[in-house]
Amino acid sequence: MRRDGRSPTFLFSCLCFGFAFLYVPILVMIVYSFNDSRLVSVWTGFSLRWYGALWENEQIIDAALLSLRIAFVSATLATALGTLAALAITRMGRFRGRALFSGMLAAPLVMPEVITGLSLLMLFVSLEGAIGWPLGRGADTITIAHITFSMAYVAVVVQARLTAMDRALEEAAMDLGCRPMGVTFDIILPLIAPAMLSGWLLAFTLSLDDLVIASFVSGPESSTLPMVIYSKVRLGITPDVNALAAVIVAIVGIGVAVAGWLMARMARTAA
Amino acid sequence: MSRAVEEAGGKTSVNPWENPAAEPFIRIENLRKTFDGFPAVDGVSLDIYQGELFAILGGSGCGKSTLLRLLAGFENPTAGKVVIDGVDMAGRPPYERPTNMMFQSYAVFPHYTVADNVAYGLKKEGLGKAEVKDRVAELLELVQLQDFARRKPRQLSGGQQQRVALARALAKRPKVLLLDEPLAALDRNLRERTQFELMNIQDRLGITFIVVTHDQEEAMTLATRIAVMDAGRFVQVGTPTEIYEYPNSRFVADFFGAINLFEGRADASDPSRIICAETGVVIHADPLAGQTLPDVLFVAVRPEKIRLSREAPAGEGVTVMHGTVEDLAYYGNHSLYRVRTDQGKLVQVSSQNTHRSAELALEWNEPIHLSWPRDCSVVLTE
Repeated sequence: MRRDGRSPTFLFSCLCFGFAFLYVPILVMIVYSFNDSRLVSVWTGFSLRWYGALWENEQIIDAALLSLRIAFVSATLATALGTLAALAITRMGRFRGRALFSGMLAAPLVMPEVITGLSLLMLFVSLEGAIGWPLGRGADTITIAHITFSMAYVAVVVQARLTAMDRALEEAAMDLGCRPMGVTFDIILPLIAPAMLSGWLLAFTLSLDDLVIASFVSGPESSTLPMVIYSKVRLGITPDVNALAAVIVAIVGIGVAVAGWLMARMARTAA
Repeated sequence: MSRAVEEAGGKTSVNPWENPAAEPFIRIENLRKTFDGFPAVDGVSLDIYQGELFAILGGSGCGKSTLLRLLAGFENPTAGKVVIDGVDMAGRPPYERPTNMMFQSYAVFPHYTVADNVAYGLKKEGLGKAEVKDRVAELLELVQLQDFARRKPRQLSGGQQQRVALARALAKRPKVLLLDEPLAALDRNLRERTQFELMNIQDRLGITFIVVTHDQEEAMTLATRIAVMDAGRFVQVGTPTEIYEYPNSRFVADFFGAINLFEGRADASDPSRIICAETGVVIHADPLAGQTLPDVLFVAVRPEKIRLSREAPAGEGVTVMHGTVEDLAYYGNHSLYRVRTDQGKLVQVSSQNTHRSAELALEWNEPIHLSWPRDCSVVLTE
């Protein structure tokens, strides 16, 4: 017994329980992805056949590729726009409507997804009626929708970094003969790069993950991965979904490790 | 007294600010800066001469940093103008001014090496690679950081980062170097060393320095002249000696070290006799020339100017008070006494301990005489 009255055994079991709560469901799913049986909940033997089935399931592969493409494009554009918005809020002085702008920028963070999705759908439909663009709904509309909400997340992350940054650094650069545009490239961008990368990752994940908004603004030919999985589960789950989930967990694990390493390195150089 | 005189080797040259024919290097005329109607700098005029190490001294919020930022071009004045070396700085952004600044936070670029930090301004100037390299080496030697050229700032101590900031600010050979609280973030030992180094570098390069500080000791030891600032205005401008020995107001007297203030009024028939209101003692002072004295005035006396003695001192023009030692503190090089006069006024006295054992081994509650000659009384009217 320690002085605070809690035994090490108690603390250790708390830790185990916490981890179990988080990871047992995922582990079960990964284990069952190697199940030979067609029934999801009955273990009959080890097999890789569902990974094979997954590889041949064109619907799932197409959806995964589409999701990745949308996530990549929307995260990149959201990072660019979100960084610009954060720069405007933190570095352009007190321009007219600054408070309104920063409030509206943060609104998508708290807006229910259903409302965002519905309003974007209505916007796209009326735009099509008015100017003929976007023609129908599909990957483009999903990308635009994802940019609008993930931009807010990027802006928040980058804004926090910009606010914490010593303004004297920019003034020093200007004092030494650098023009304002040069200051952005010499000083600001290198120092906010780690924040931009975490913003990009956040936007990428949010886009890959999104089901609700994509359902509103997608067209018949464009089903993202979450939409496909969701519809498959509704029709009865098949073990190839387990295999798909295991693949995604592996990719995410690798991605997080690489991103963590990259950000630690950037933080070391930018400190 | 001042370094300018020493350099001239006792020749006839006078300090430039005492020479009406001297051309000021920096002219500040009626400079005003208001933030939302609140005046941070409220009509300041000042001439600074080439090669001066000028200190702007004041408490926090007195406008000294705003004044420095107006000189650097980070703020635009509401009114008035700044002329540096004959060129009006109106509308000139910081990157087109012949000034460089050493920031209080040092603002060393964290993602550049020490050498790249120092080279930054030179590269922006468009200097050739070889030339930049030579100048950087020269500057790093000046601040004794030759061995740290490839390091990143986070691998340096605070004192070393400050040297990087100094070398970077000197790299472009500015006409004026602006220093914002240059010693504030250093510990005591490093402060003293850096202070002398700054003076040394300034002497060698002959660049005009303007230092902003809240520390009167720093200002006194560094500067050729000091401007004391309060509420956006200059209260007094003068050499350290002038400001210490001849403060022009209670604010300045109080700001610079300990001082005893006696309230009183001048004798109507003899203005060199001031009758102290609190003690009734006659204080002898040199009358102020050509000035009508107000009803209430103050006499300021520095603690080290007061002599303590057991016998009543006598002499023409010596002010004498009698009291008892209430408190004494031994500081090694000097001792500090607090004497309560018979009339109840507390007076601070300090005396140098020039001998191993003080000639005057005073005890608590010992009766004692205080005295000082007339030329140590400073009469203040405001």
